[in-house]
Amino acid sequence: MNGEAQATEGRSPAFVVSPLRRSLQKATKTAGHSLLFLVAAFVAVIVLFIFFFVARDAVPFFQIKGFSEFFTDTRWYPADDPPVFGALAIIYGSLMVTAGSAVIAIPMGISAAICLSDVLPFSVRQYVKPVIEMLAAVPSVAFGFFALVIFAPMLQNYGGTLLMWAWWLIASPLLLLASLVLSEIAAARFPDEKRRKLMQRSLLALFGTASLGLLFVIGRNLQAIEIVTGTNALNVSIILGFMALPTIVSVAEDALQAVGRDMREGSYALGATRAETIVKIILPAASSGILAGVILGIMRALGETMVVWMASGNSSHIPDPWFNYLDSIRTLTATIAGDMGEADQVTGSARFHVLFAMGLLLLVISFISNFISERIVVRQRKVLSGQ
Amino acid sequence: MTRQFGRALAAGAILLIAMSGRAEAKSDIVIDGSTTVGPLAKSFAAWFTKTRGVPVTVSESGSGNGAKSLINGTCDIATMSRSMKPEELAAARSKGLAPVPHVIALDGLAMIVNPANPVKSLTKRQIADIYKGAVTNWRQVGGPDARILPVQRESNSGTQETFKELVVGKKVHVVASAETQASNGAVKNRISLTKGAIGFVGLGFVDPSVKKIAVDGVVADPVSVRDGRYPLSRPLLMVTAGEPSGLVRDFIELPKTLEGMKMVKELGFIGKY
Repeated sequence: MNGEAQATEGRSPAFVVSPLRRSLQKATKTAGHSLLFLVAAFVAVIVLFIFFFVARDAVPFFQIKGFSEFFTDTRWYPADDPPVFGALAIIYGSLMVTAGSAVIAIPMGISAAICLSDVLPFSVRQYVKPVIEMLAAVPSVAFGFFALVIFAPMLQNYGGTLLMWAWWLIASPLLLLASLVLSEIAAARFPDEKRRKLMQRSLLALFGTASLGLLFVIGRNLQAIEIVTGTNALNVSIILGFMALPTIVSVAEDALQAVGRDMREGSYALGATRAETIVKIILPAASSGILAGVILGIMRALGETMVVWMASGNSSHIPDPWFNYLDSIRTLTATIAGDMGEADQVTGSARFHVLFAMGLLLLVISFISNFISERIVVRQRKVLSGQ
Repeated sequence: MTRQFGRALAAGAILLIAMSGRAEAKSDIVIDGSTTVGPLAKSFAAWFTKTRGVPVTVSESGSGNGAKSLINGTCDIATMSRSMKPEELAAARSKGLAPVPHVIALDGLAMIVNPANPVKSLTKRQIADIYKGAVTNWRQVGGPDARILPVQRESNSGTQETFKELVVGKKVHVVASAETQASNGAVKNRISLTKGAIGFVGLGFVDPSVKKIAVDGVVADPVSVRDGRYPLSRPLLMVTAGEPSGLVRDFIELPKTLEGMKMVKELGFIGKY
């Protein structure tokens, strides 16, 4: 090896760099690094600037009106005389649709990601993933238009029936799976093979009948519901859920893929089934990436404006009862978009600054959730690497 | 949405004008404001551009925005479906402007319900009770047993302010469960699709997809609005910063011409002249 190096040195003097050239290279390197650093810093500075300017215009509102009305009053009458700026119902509306869309998007998104990464053969996945990601390319105003003009009247006219079918579609496979697993677990206590089989079958029949009854009774009750307004929290939650899906699926699938073949094969080699491998090995290993996808998706739902502005009904009240997703609501984003026109520095300044207060609130909520998810990801990484 | 779209259209129009670079392209007229007056302003604008060769851009962003644009000097004419508020007048004066309102037409605020709704007539008092939340079921006003879904407009709407002033009362809150829509068209659309809904739009927006109901026994039509029998009527305004002159004056006097009267009538508004 030593001889080889000597030979190389002897043959090609091109590797010997003159001091001038070396300092030139160093300068180029420094210039390149600082350029990249400037670009990265610029992005960070933009975030800070947005935060600063929003906060600067939000502070006067709290100076004029204080905190209690904004956060504890549900009455939102910015144009009345005297004006009331209670944003509680609006904050609640934002959280309500965000939670609703999370309930829809998270299970669907993670299931779809598992299906893509571990169930479907590669040749199918190649085509399915881009199609799901295409959902992200649909403009939000198109979603809003669909929600307002097609989905809302559908909910009003066939709401009960739609709810019943949705319940059947979602609940029947879940209940079937549950009765299978439950009967298996309950029968496993019997050591005798014959009695075990008999027990399992009779239990399966029992659970099956019970689930059928459940399906029927709840379905009937759902069908009897009449939806007064189709522009409601449910409508918006479903649409926002679908808008959050591509992000969750795409990021979660990447995370699942990143777990790697060796981990899966190791698990199979130890005798785990495919289900055990997915639930006990791959999902925990990919959890930080999946969480990142979920947070990104949910943030999109929280920040979405056009769809909620068009299809949530924009009534600033807390639904009665509070979990009634079939009532209209109003969100922070829609309020900013809707009241922006009148909010004028000249006429009524509290009304102008209150919108910035709402914007600041949205920013703070996203910062906090980003921060929390970052912490969880870091901790998860530590656990996985065995520290 | 309308506002952004309007702005985009205006920007596009300005760009086109700039690119065409016609020698005779004089200073154009910029109009901003009420979505109610919008269709009228647009048809005036099209006619004016055709006959006079002057580009006119029309944005519809609500009466409040129209006033704001006028005060900030970003438009020549503000279309408004209400008169200027004292604060707006004060703001205009502080910038050295003296806004002058010109009545270009009259409009009735039609109360509309879904065609499937059997209710034919309500009193002003009943409508106020519905919007205050005191009456919540159609049964209470002689209709079927169904929840009433009041639909209102966003706070920057002149139609909304006129409605509040004429019906509910300025100091009274509209019930919080009332839905809010962004334009006359959106209100009409919601009501044509929703059985229990009630709402208000400019008379020119009423079409067979919704049903007009009589207010205090009077149905809104050109005759009842012009002679003042219909209780919910209002003047539609074009406001200029100071007495208009030149092209702007010609534009504002369009409703007095035969051609202008025809356009007012065609769009379902009621001519003043």
